[in-house]
Amino acid sequence: MVAESRLHVPRTPARPGDAPDFSYLKLSPAGKLARPDAGVPASETRYLSEGLVRVLDEEHRAIGPWNPHLDAAELQVALRHMLMTRVYDDRMQRIQRSGKISFYMRSYGEEAVSVAMAMALRPSDMLFPSYRNQGLYFVRGRPVLDLMCQLLSNTRDMCKGRQLPVMYHWRDGNIFSISGNLATQFPQAVGWAMAAAIKGQDAIAVSWIGEGSSAEADFHHALLFASVYKAPVILCVVNNQWAISTFQGTAGGERQTFAARGPGYGIAGVRVDGNDFLAVHAVTQWAAERARTGRGPTLVEHVTYRAAAHSTSDDPARYRPKDDYEKFPLGDPVERLKNHLIGLGEWSEERHRALIAELDEHIASSWKEAVSYGTLTEAPRLDPGLMFEDVFAEIPEHLRRQEAEMRDEMAGK
Amino acid sequence: MAQMNMIQALNSAMDIKLGQDPSVVVLGEDIGFFGGVFRVTDGLQRKYGESRVMDTPISEGGIIAAAIGMAVNGLRPVAEIQFADYIYPGYDQIVSELARIRYRSAGEFSAPVTVRTPCGGGIRGGQTHSQSPEALFAHVAGLKVVMPSNPYDAKGLLIAAIEDDDPVIYFEPKRIYNGPFDGDPHKPAVPWATHPKGDVPEGHFTVPIGKAEIVRAGSDLTIVTYGTMVHVSEAAARGLGLDAEIIDVRTMVPLDTDTICNSVARTGRCVVVHEATRFAGFGAELSATVQENCFWNLEAPILRVAGWDTPYPHAFEWEYFPGQARVTKALKAVMEAS
Repeated sequence: MVAESRLHVPRTPARPGDAPDFSYLKLSPAGKLARPDAGVPASETRYLSEGLVRVLDEEHRAIGPWNPHLDAAELQVALRHMLMTRVYDDRMQRIQRSGKISFYMRSYGEEAVSVAMAMALRPSDMLFPSYRNQGLYFVRGRPVLDLMCQLLSNTRDMCKGRQLPVMYHWRDGNIFSISGNLATQFPQAVGWAMAAAIKGQDAIAVSWIGEGSSAEADFHHALLFASVYKAPVILCVVNNQWAISTFQGTAGGERQTFAARGPGYGIAGVRVDGNDFLAVHAVTQWAAERARTGRGPTLVEHVTYRAAAHSTSDDPARYRPKDDYEKFPLGDPVERLKNHLIGLGEWSEERHRALIAELDEHIASSWKEAVSYGTLTEAPRLDPGLMFEDVFAEIPEHLRRQEAEMRDEMAGK
Repeated sequence: MAQMNMIQALNSAMDIKLGQDPSVVVLGEDIGFFGGVFRVTDGLQRKYGESRVMDTPISEGGIIAAAIGMAVNGLRPVAEIQFADYIYPGYDQIVSELARIRYRSAGEFSAPVTVRTPCGGGIRGGQTHSQSPEALFAHVAGLKVVMPSNPYDAKGLLIAAIEDDDPVIYFEPKRIYNGPFDGDPHKPAVPWATHPKGDVPEGHFTVPIGKAEIVRAGSDLTIVTYGTMVHVSEAAARGLGLDAEIIDVRTMVPLDTDTICNSVARTGRCVVVHEATRFAGFGAELSATVQENCFWNLEAPILRVAGWDTPYPHAFEWEYFPGQARVTKALKAVMEAS
């Protein structure tokens, strides 16, 4: 017998020099997929996990059963948060290049995911984000100044100088601390939701990971525990097509959607156009109702695109076509919401430009204030003694001794 | 001989083994098409194909476990874990499986896997890109543990690790990938071309696992160290004008006790230096080994220099890092003890 097995290596559709190729991406027309009752059995969500929930059509009209029918004022707020995310990201990226901050990660192209979800949730719902969910903080009202101070590790840094830039947290805003290690927050969100069920809380938990990180075992821990205990949680795979240089096929997306893993675990699965603010909002409302009414968890796959580099340490020109994002079939989330509002007669290019200018100015003045509290390399600086606090609730003797040694060392003794 | 930095030396080691031995495969996150986030595997997939240089899912547990399975079926996998800080999802597979397969099967099965992983700080990487977890692996029976301090050793030790029939955890101090570092971040970077160990043979050679190296002979005291701290220790001793004997441990397991203890028996004084946290760090093992073997020769207590017992703090990197000031203070104390 001649062996016929050959190692299969997932195909990456386009590399630098190739024409962008999104033929692998299965799309459903806007308005096409039915919206079932939020209590539908998980096994009856297979069509939702394999199709694509979309509300905005090619002409930027909201159509079909998933249309959340939000009023124009709410959509304008959404656009503001999404633009805020983008303007902030752009400015911080440029500032990182100038050396004032050590590192940055943009969420360019993925702004609708965070903004729509946070707007569709309640402020008491607990969020377990990844490092690409900036919009959550803006929707929940955290001043951008506070985020900047974290990036600068300065005297107003919420992390007291201990964390890399973008690893924010906000207890009072119900947003958990970002780890830096991948996917760890996913099963933790399930545990938080289990506790909510144990305590009889009305709140639900929500978590986000990239499709790349869904390869970690933590993803499976999360789905298993969520399924076993019917935890009130929404688990999101943000499929932005790229994990640094690695295409989503290598994370397991080649022959099956990520959302389809939900029904496999007995969990509802929904695949949504992550660049369609209205669709993401509607799916979040649906999954939140399902969780809040005791009908269990939902796995949501957001189909989107990481339009920026993975981080300021990355150069995507090395591994994907330069014009890939321009050809992405689901377009740009900001442009789509803008065009929808313009179609409704509730927005204009002029107002759009004015809003960007306003946000730019706000970011610039906030930055000016932020650096007045110090930067990574310029005074005023945090006291390095802070590194010894919060290792434990109380500083043990050996750390007190080390702190004294460090102070001697700093004093040249 | 050729001029190489550590990245090129490591690349050359894998290139040679992939070329010589069809059972060698390389796997990890972003290591194939992209060539690795530190470029260590650059060009290898193009040369040896996608079945021998594999981009994997982001699953450290999966990478280690699959490497074990491949090794059991006769391959010699070289697995890259992108940062040592990300190795823990694979820790169960390393500690409970990789380390013990030969033992529990009475030698019928074994898994000659090399796990390469960048470690150490000094690159503004914060708590998740700066750790030195070698002690967590040195403590596990059945694992060989290696950390080179220069390009020559990096290549020779990596070839030796791949050829070794036991699992090897191979730590790469990322701060010195491109040049030696004396602990002062304000000085301009120095390339490996300025250092004798940047001269590396282009072909096959090995540096034996289990052998420390006396990188500087001396008689005043013995500094036992490894990785980035070899260079910091050299600079500190030079700054004090000490005739220090500096030992680069190179292999934590199995430890070259003879080279270390013969030196301390001669000098009578010993300072142990590493970047990892101090408490229950590998320095405790080194210190205990010296004490047990050299007690009657010692003229001063053995001192340890290490990172503080906290997570690696982003903003206080240089207050945390055991730089020349901390090493110097210990050297003085050991020299002044009567």
